[in-house]
Amino acid sequence: MQKKFKNIFKVLCISPLLIIFINLSVAAEVSRIDLLKTNWSFEGIFGKFDRSALQRGYQVYNEACSSCHSIQYLSYRNLTEKGGPEFSEEQAKEIAASFEVMDGPNSEGEMFTRPGRLSDQFIKPYPNIEAAKFANGGAYPPDMSVLVKARKDGANYIYSLILGYEDPPAGFEIEDDVYYNKYMPGNQIKMPKVLNKGLVEYADGTEATEQQMAKDVVTFLTWASEPHLEARHKTGFKVILYLLVLVALVYFSMKKIWSRIETKQ
Amino acid sequence: MSEEKYVPKSKLGQWFDSRLPLLTLAHHINDYPTPKNLNYWWTFGGILTFFLIVQIITGLVLAMHYVAHADLAFGSVEHIMRDVNYGWLIRYLHANGSSMFFLAVYIHIFRALFYGSYKAPREMIWIIGMLIYMLMMATAFMGYVLPWGQMSFWAATVITNLFSAIPLVGESITTWLWGGYAVGSPTLTRFFSLHYLMPFLIFGLVILHIWALHIPGNNNPVGIDIKQLSKETVPFHPYIIIKDLYALLIFLIIFSGFVFFVPNVLGHPDNYIEANPMITPTHIVPEWYLLPFYAILRSIPDKLGGVVVMFAAVFILMFLPWLDTSKVRSAVFRPLYKIFFWILVIDVIVLGYIGAKPPEGMYLIIGRIATIYYFVHFILIMPILGFKEKTKPLPLSISDPVLGDEDKLSSEKTMNNR
Ligand code: HEC
Ligand code: HEM
Repeated sequence: MQKKFKNIFKVLCISPLLIIFINLSVAAEVSRIDLLKTNWSFEGIFGKFDRSALQRGYQVYNEACSSCHSIQYLSYRNLTEKGGPEFSEEQAKEIAASFEVMDGPNSEGEMFTRPGRLSDQFIKPYPNIEAAKFANGGAYPPDMSVLVKARKDGANYIYSLILGYEDPPAGFEIEDDVYYNKYMPGNQIKMPKVLNKGLVEYADGTEATEQQMAKDVVTFLTWASEPHLEARHKTGFKVILYLLVLVALVYFSMKKIWSRIETKQ
Repeated sequence: MSEEKYVPKSKLGQWFDSRLPLLTLAHHINDYPTPKNLNYWWTFGGILTFFLIVQIITGLVLAMHYVAHADLAFGSVEHIMRDVNYGWLIRYLHANGSSMFFLAVYIHIFRALFYGSYKAPREMIWIIGMLIYMLMMATAFMGYVLPWGQMSFWAATVITNLFSAIPLVGESITTWLWGGYAVGSPTLTRFFSLHYLMPFLIFGLVILHIWALHIPGNNNPVGIDIKQLSKETVPFHPYIIIKDLYALLIFLIIFSGFVFFVPNVLGHPDNYIEANPMITPTHIVPEWYLLPFYAILRSIPDKLGGVVVMFAAVFILMFLPWLDTSKVRSAVFRPLYKIFFWILVIDVIVLGYIGAKPPEGMYLIIGRIATIYYFVHFILIMPILGFKEKTKPLPLSISDPVLGDEDKLSSEKTMNNR
């Protein structure tokens, strides 16, 4: 019996390794260049968002990215929710009201604009994809709702990308309105460099270096992609703890029960 | 299995049981004699049943909020992830549950291959199991299309296009499958309908699978028939139930690790980009559990040939009970088969790896060799081995596998420790 208990551990240790191996090998094909790395507060089993980074990140998104990129699956009310930037209700209402929202039709059948409310979705910079492409030299600035999950190692990738503008190496042919970027596949991107030192002025007095802004906005975008990340980590920790205790209890019950058989003969 | 006729104790019980023998069924399951020497590779059947139920329950909840329409599906999944209470949990359970389901089924199938569980008198169990496996692949493939991301769309396009390889009627069949001239909303709605239906078919087959199992009873690591029920078996309850529960809980810990801490590692990032018929992803890859067959498909230069060979790779498993000519079930007593078994395992893993790579250069060559070997294993090695192999002497019974021969005892031990 004893030896059998060991089996299960082997089986179950090997199997996930196998999957991870396959997955890594899938992933390996795209890794071209080492991404810039930074410490993310949301990584790891106990990972949580840094509240002030989220608030600053929203500011960067709003002032530096929202003119081209939408976040269609976020609503202003999300800004107040637990596990997010946790703006106060007043602040969020103020943010929402600073945008003009198209509403209607009214009783006369006319469309009209009004200040945004908490229940409104983030307003989009362009009415449709064609308009967005037209304004950006034929490239669509992707919606940012799940952008972090839509790229491999998304947080580090976006962080690297927005810091990765360089002069093209000698002999690298590049068209007008296309920019050289170290991390973009193919090294050519139709998004200009947006982050420059001092671009935004943080309310909390943090110095707006390029790295700082990049880190903040990526933290914000990670939350936008995974708004329940904190709840997920917390629940997961409890679930696993509970299962471990249960496993121990079941293990000893099993030994007890099987001991009847093993001593009989 | 010889069991005494069961009669409920109470009058009411007798009345009920003589009209609908549910109590007899419960009694049978309770007392079902199970070989004492089962190891943990035998716990995966229970794990599979559990995961089927998890998929059905989480799927039902998802279906309450999901919208099967090309313009709305992606958004409805995001709605589930963001606004539905614990929607993120339900969806991650369902998506990762499907991977765990396949992990378990692969272990379960290789267990059968190692211990010869598909051989007489268990051919029906094996065949029903294979039908379940095929339905699982179809279900998971269609489920993967539902979130309507880039990989969803392009996987659906690639796989449905395979049918166009059928001579004469191919084109019409694909149009019929799509409900139009390309993958679109009509395709999505029918996939959703079928994705909803098939798990219940699987459930029905699982009942048949277990029914068929309860006729001859379980195989066991030694692979010989039970001689004496009282000495060599234990009742299902509580001995096997508690052991299955223990294994299930450990499996659930791994499952939770995926669901709560890396819920997206097994998926493809491209599936978080909404489907776009105008943009083809650089590499179209299916989910990991279908990769070996994808590799086989692509290793054949001809489209129709590829489809035929891929389906053959699945269907050949159905004939395994007759392709294997050996009288001995368990690989424990088959020194050569044991080696070929592990080579097959490696071969399938290699195929999975190749399936994730672009079909060019070295990858294509390795893929072809691995594909050929896969068929050689079943068509040549299995039948020939049965005649040529010198198997080790079998013990008289599972309870005392000794017979004065130290060798066999130790070989069983090494097996249990693997
Ligand atoms: C002037 C408009 C504009 C602004 C402002 C802008 N972007 Fe972009 N962005 C684009 C365009 C256009 C693309 C598509 C580029 C391409 O495909 O070549 C893009 C693409 C991206 C991508 C995807 C790259 C990929 O892998 O496909 C990321 C990430 C990104 N932007 C991040 C940001 C962040 C973060 C900000 C704010 C700090 C920002 N962008 C501000 C126009 C803009
Ligand atoms: C054999 C059992 C099942 C398997 C293997 C399975 C597999 C899958 C897979 C792989 C996905 C894609 C997950 C993703 O990437 O998001 C999916 C999605 C889905 N499934 Fe299932 N499923 C099963 C049972 C069911 C049942 C019984 C239902 C409904 C009653 C259901 C409803 C759904 C819905 C609505 C989605 C779309 C939502 C989403 O993508 O998360 N599933 N399924």
